[in-house]
Amino acid sequence: MTPMATGPVIPDFGTVSPCVRDNGLFCADWFAANWSSVFWPALAQHVRLTVIAVGIGFALAFALALLAHFRRWLVRPLGGLASFLYTIPPLALFTLLVPVTGLSVLTAEIALVAYTLMVLFKSTLAGLAEVPEAVRRAGLGMGLTRREILVRIELPLALPAIVSGLRVATVTTISVVEIAAFIIDQGLGSPIIQGLQSPFNTQFIGAGLLAVALALAADGLIVLAGRLLTPWATMRRSA
Amino acid sequence: MHTFLDCFAFMAGHFGLLLDRTIDHLLLSAAAVALALVLALPLGVWLGHRGRGSFLTVSVSNIGRALPSLALIAIFLGLLGIGFVNVMTALVVMAVPPALTHAYLSVEQIDRDVVRAARGMGLTERQILTRIELPLALPVLFTGIRIAAVYVISSATLAAVAGGGGLGDIILNQVSYGLSGVIAAALWVAALALAADALFGMLGTRIARGRYGGGR
Repeated sequence: MTPMATGPVIPDFGTVSPCVRDNGLFCADWFAANWSSVFWPALAQHVRLTVIAVGIGFALAFALALLAHFRRWLVRPLGGLASFLYTIPPLALFTLLVPVTGLSVLTAEIALVAYTLMVLFKSTLAGLAEVPEAVRRAGLGMGLTRREILVRIELPLALPAIVSGLRVATVTTISVVEIAAFIIDQGLGSPIIQGLQSPFNTQFIGAGLLAVALALAADGLIVLAGRLLTPWATMRRSA
Repeated sequence: MHTFLDCFAFMAGHFGLLLDRTIDHLLLSAAAVALALVLALPLGVWLGHRGRGSFLTVSVSNIGRALPSLALIAIFLGLLGIGFVNVMTALVVMAVPPALTHAYLSVEQIDRDVVRAARGMGLTERQILTRIELPLALPVLFTGIRIAAVYVISSATLAAVAGGGGLGDIILNQVSYGLSGVIAAALWVAALALAADALFGMLGTRIARGRYGGGR
């Protein structure tokens, strides 16, 4: 015989603020209370997925752009392939890869890398192509080898274009990582998708705002890094 | 591999459904793009004509690019609730930046000497805009429309999340349509985006050729 319950039979879930009870647009108290369990892990995963995708995508696109720079006939087929991948809607690409590589981070990263290629390939190639022929010839006249011209003249001059490509690619990737949450339970998209099932505004508005803030912050950081990498451009601008 | 073969069977068996959702998808996209163009093109062209507002258009395009599509739909879900209005608003917000930036650049990049020559010949500002600037701006302007349209068709796949219908409805509903249905719809929407891109590309080339080579 168990003793009669003295307290309320209904389990005590604690008290919630009026904002949470009325499902207000954005409840700062709930957001703060769930920061370490929901939002922070999602944000960290989001950043990790983005960094890996942009890193691999950049290495790949950079190598392909260098190749195409020296073998001009490759420009059209490689550029065409990258644009083709870029045009496929993210949700469709993720879905189409699932039967091949499963519901895994690998699937997500393959698609994410695919989206970075077009922007990075084109911007790197454009940056290299923009280098004035006279500058290249001057290098040749000074006795530089083809490789030295590339490393010491062309690449530094192409840097602003490469950096602006990185900006666009990073911001795009942050956006696509949200959609990756449909196949893997990671990133800021996953609180959004979970929030949709029980329409609790703070969860998806909070995650959505965080994603926007992340994209803007990443954009700003890359601009800043670009300025530090090309001090001569800043000097010219202020002169 | 047979998952992919199954999906063709699904396409054959549910052709009507796919067609229905495709029409939904295209109507939603077309409405969003049309609204975005009405908002963005006149403003962009006017700013380009005045030669000012580069800061505005550059910031709009930078911020616009940084807005993740799913996040936008999620934020509007809180503000506007589930349904057509939410999805439309999100898609319009996504389509305005590329349209606005290209509209601005299309007019701004025109050789100023051409405009000065026209002014010297006594053309009014209105005539300069309609007879000189707009024809010269058309190819770049059209690139903006193409980017906006393809982006919206691609993003409209997510509309299903907020009850906007379209092909995303099938992709996100594996319970009802099965894996083969999901794959079929994904292939379908990918083909749709690629076809739209190719179509706009072709139109763009034709417009450019009409301008600069003896097309007429």
